[in-house]
This record gives sequence, C-alpha cells and structure tokens, in this order.
Amino acid sequence: MQPFTVLTAIAAPLPWADVNTDDICPAPGASSVARKPGGRDILRDRSRMGLNAFAAYRWDDNGDPNPAFVLNQEPFDRAQILISGENFGCGSSREMAVWCLIGIGIRCIIAPSFGDIFHNNCVRNSLLPVRLAPETVHRLTTTATARPGVPFTVDLVEQVVVDPDGATVAFAMGEYQRHLLLSGLDETAATLTRLERIEAHEAAYTAERPWLDGAQI
Amino acid sequence: MAQPRTLYDKIWDAHVIDRLPDGTCLLAVDRQMIYEASSAAAFTALRDAHRTVRRPTATLATVDHTIATRSDAPPRAGALRFVDELRDNCAGAGIAFLGLDDPRRGIVHVVGPEQGFTQPGLLIVCPDSHTSSHGALGALAFGIGSSELEHVLATQTIMQKPSRTMRVTLTGTVTAPVSAKDVILATLGRIGVGAGIGHAIEFAGDVVRAMPLPGRLTLCNMAVEAGARSGIVAPDEVTYEWLRGRPMSPSGEHWDAALAYWRSLPTDDGAAFDRELAIELGHLDPQVTWGTSPDEVVPIGGRVPDPAGAPSPQKAAAWRRALDYMDLRPGTALTDVGVDRVFIGSCTNSRLDDLRAAADVVHGRRVADGVHAMVVPGSGLVKKAAEAEGLDRVFREAGFEWRTPGCSMCFGNAHDHVAAGQRCASTSNRNFENRQGRGARTHLVSPATAAAAAVTGRFADVRELV
Repeated sequence: MQPFTVLTAIAAPLPWADVNTDDICPAPGASSVARKPGGRDILRDRSRMGLNAFAAYRWDDNGDPNPAFVLNQEPFDRAQILISGENFGCGSSREMAVWCLIGIGIRCIIAPSFGDIFHNNCVRNSLLPVRLAPETVHRLTTTATARPGVPFTVDLVEQVVVDPDGATVAFAMGEYQRHLLLSGLDETAATLTRLERIEAHEAAYTAERPWLDGAQI
Repeated sequence: MAQPRTLYDKIWDAHVIDRLPDGTCLLAVDRQMIYEASSAAAFTALRDAHRTVRRPTATLATVDHTIATRSDAPPRAGALRFVDELRDNCAGAGIAFLGLDDPRRGIVHVVGPEQGFTQPGLLIVCPDSHTSSHGALGALAFGIGSSELEHVLATQTIMQKPSRTMRVTLTGTVTAPVSAKDVILATLGRIGVGAGIGHAIEFAGDVVRAMPLPGRLTLCNMAVEAGARSGIVAPDEVTYEWLRGRPMSPSGEHWDAALAYWRSLPTDDGAAFDRELAIELGHLDPQVTWGTSPDEVVPIGGRVPDPAGAPSPQKAAAWRRALDYMDLRPGTALTDVGVDRVFIGSCTNSRLDDLRAAADVVHGRRVADGVHAMVVPGSGLVKKAAEAEGLDRVFREAGFEWRTPGCSMCFGNAHDHVAAGQRCASTSNRNFENRQGRGARTHLVSPATAAAAAVTGRFADVRELV
C-alpha cells in the first residue's frame, strides 16, 4: 500500500449528511454509466471505477456530465480532498466505494463522522479519513466554497489540517490506523509473522469449545 | 468476584490474541461467509501475494448478490463470471460452496442461521454490512471490506478496535401482523441513523425476549442502519430451540457442552454500557418510511412531515430534498400514497415467517391493477418449505411473481431494479436515493404491510385486512 504522509490539494465541498456507499458507488441498475455497453467493467476493473463515482449525481440519464454537481465544476473537478457531512460512507460495506473515490483522485475526506466499515476500508487503501468537530467542518466547507482552488494541506505526520489562510486544526486518529497509513504497511504480511501466537490462541480456544473443531457443512 | 461484563465484551475478550496500546486488537475470527462479487478482490490479492486460505473449513460460500432470481430469464454473462470465479476460488482453496445448483443456497444472512453455521459466542465476519444479522443468535458479527477479507482468509484473524457498547431496551406491545420490521423502523425513527456510529448495539427488553428468532434477525439486520457495526441479542431458549438439530449445530455431548457455554454469555447484572437507551413502543402500529433515510418513518396512520417542523435547519434541508426526490407533499396521509411495485424479499425479510405473514394478507385477494409484485425467498430451503405449505400458490394466484433465491431488488442489481419515478413498497433495509434503481422511490415496510400495499395498490393499515 502506498504510504500517506502529507497532501496539499484542492478541497471540494459536498455538505450533505449521510452520504452512503450507494451514493458513492451505485449498483449497476442505479448507474447510467454502468448500464452503457462495457459498463460492467467499471464495477470490476479498479482502474476504471472512477467513472462510477457518484454516478447518479455526476452523470445524467445519457451518461453526460451534470454541470450542477460540484465535482463536475472547475476547479473542484481536480479536488483531492472532499469535505462532507456527518456519517459519511454509511451503508453497504462495498470497498468499491473507496476505489471509486480513489479513481477520481480523492485522497482525503474530512467529515464529522464516518460509517465504521467505510472508515476501515479507507485506511487500507491510503485514503485518509479525517474526523473533525461539526463546526470546524462547517467552517472548512465555507472556506472551500469561498476560495475555490486555493489548496488545503492535510498533514498526517503532524495530524493537522492547514486551511488556505494558514490556520491549523488538529485531528485525532487511532495510533494503529495512523501507522498503517504512514507506513503503507502490508497488514496481512505483518500478521502472518505472528502465526505462533495465533496458533497458540486457537489451540486453547478450541480445547474449551471442542464442538467447533473441524465442524463443516 | 469478576467484574460484570456485557455479552459483547465476553465474546470480544474470548477472541483477543494481542492488544495494542491504542486499544486495537488482533482478534481470532471463528467463521466467515463469502459470496460472489465482493470476495473476488480478496482472492486476487491472496494470489498476487502468493498466500493461501489458512482455514478453509471456517469459510462458507454461496451466491446471492448478482444472480438472476427469475428462472425463465437467461443469466447475465457478467453475473455468471462472478459466480464461476467464486466456484473456482472455493474449489482451489477447499471451501464449501453452495452454488447455483445447490438447494441450500441463498442469501448469506439467511443461509448462515439456517445451517447452524451461526452460533452464540462466535465471531463471524462477511464482506457485507448486513452481517450484523447474525447477532440475533448471540454471535458477534460484523461486515468488513474486501481488503479485510483477504486478511481474514490468510490469517483467520482481524485487526479491530472495540466498539463502544450501547444497550437499546425495547418495551411495549407488538401484536401480529405488526412485526420485528415495524419494531426496528420505529426504533430507527426514535434514535436516528447516526445514533449507533462507533457502537455495538445490544437489543434487550420484553419486546426482544418475546420475539421469535427470525424477528431477531430482522432487528439485528438493521442495526447497521443506525450506524452500528453490529447488533446482538442475548441467547436464550428461543435461540437454543432454533439451533437444535441444524446441520452444523453441535449434537450429543457436544450439544450439552455448547449449551453450558452459551448460557454463560448473556450480559451480567450490573455490567456498564457506554450508552443506554430505553424505548417504549406502546401499542406499536405498522410503520412506513416516507423519505430517503431509514429513520424517516411514520406509523401507517401518519402523514408526511413538514420540513418547517424539522428539529434543525440541516434536517429541514434534508427533508426537503427527500420530499422532492420522493415526490411527496407535507401533510399527505401515507394511506393516500399509491405504489407501482412491491418487493418482498432481502436479508431483512425473506424467511418463512415473513412469507407466511405476507401470504396471510394476500390469501384470497388479487394484486391491484397496475401494481407489479414479487416474492423472492431468502434461500432454497425457505422456498421449498413455503411451497410445501402452498404459499407459492397463494402468491401466484394473486398475481405475484414467485422467484428463486437471491438479493434481487434490495439494490438496483443488473436483473431487477425499480424504474425511475416508480414507487416501491419494499421489505428491504435501505430507502436511499437510487438504491433500488436510478430515480427509484423506496418505502420500507414489513412483509405484511408490503402485501397490503400489493392488494390495495396503496399503503394501507394491514390490521384492517387480516
């Protein structure tokens, strides 16, 4: 996984609450681009998934861009940071939602809260979810709207967001997930080095619950 | 005397292999369920890294999300590719696979409890958010992503931070045809879709104790709609009766040992939760969602609310957007709202009890003119049992389509979706914009209320029909 340290980029405001993973990555029956010839590939091929990002809002029925949607507007079409509302990424566990966002260049999302599974999916794909107080997110949304194209900096090393005026806001993140992002760690490889401990746990656990041992359908 | 612990804490503690300073734990995973589509990336990642599935027998695979549920429609090549991929991946790894021709196949969250795969005290994961369903049997079960699944398959463990604990105690009177679906919709209406973020919810109280196991599955299924990653119900006699004799349930002396363990799991008296909510449901009415979030719900006798009366400016804006999308006006009685489609199915409401409740309403009636209605049983075994009781005839004679098992129209999949502007009474779990299809208008209801909508052509109080 690619490490995440510091990002300086344009931030797009999407001040909606409860943006769900169907919004971010619609199913084929809900996406005009996925229904086009060859459209199924955008659900399988990670390099093309960006086409399906926010498809119901980004594209009209014919698959043409909807000019009213923020990510179709200059300079937000080049945004790498998204500032949104509470409960971002709620709903389905589909990791394709994260791959869709990465597909359109998003590397960081700032919101007051996140769907739990989506949050975990982000940190396993170098996409930084930043939790900030609702009033802070509101202020950053206002700034991003008022000063389009002036970059924000998100610094995971120092754990701060720097707005276009140079004002900094600190954010918190669990140390383990921060480490995953900063190091780009292959989590599975790291866990496989602890097989002895895992096996010892399993032996003790199964000894107490013999009915689970080898049970199969 | 040991510190009193919650059910959640007991299961969590039993699975901790290592604990990091920030609270993140390496947890042993007992079992995982997988299906086509979301598992494909995990197997690809395994292959790319030259890794193998560490414990194939801990995994159960079936097909549900992308498959066709009409036996007369030619299968789509894209969906079949996913199914073939999963079959090959399972064959290569030695994983049990309930494929298209297996009578036991079905929706993962129906199949697991049906086969006795899901048991109290187990830690179960699946790359689907509605894995919370399995908590109905007293398991700690939650959805994960495809990357996490790769980790689980390779190591039989997962790195997780413990959730905060929340107990939702439900009291009141729930009389058929009012059901578990109405309970969870009313609960969401009270607590909101953000209430459970970062939490694991334990459902407790008289309403839950009196609930049959399939109802508890419906309840825990939609815990994720409150933002919680898991929902759980303490195991009791209802749970043990459900499990007795299931294919993967313990038997003989193993049964006695398992039972003794299961009885030790419920939350101890005096155990502390991070948050406690007590909800008095009163004499619960059938519920119908009017908006685009599962907590935007009113009783069947209610009216579409006015954004002017919303609790905050943000809510008012969200309600206006929802009303616009749903093409509804404030003050409209829900019983004056007509439907175009009726979908009875999904991991929320596709079990035998659900189909019986719907058939009770449909019996001797006809689907209203202009309404397209379908029933999609949750598994092959549900379908077979329903047919043995003649439920398929009740539905077919009334003009319903009787389908084969799968997720179907719960989301706008390639085979089944609600057309733009159409209004659907759906027993599924999400009424999000575009969820059932681009421009689709979804109203979440119980199977009985969905059946009432099918035969009357609008939302109706099902209590007047049975």
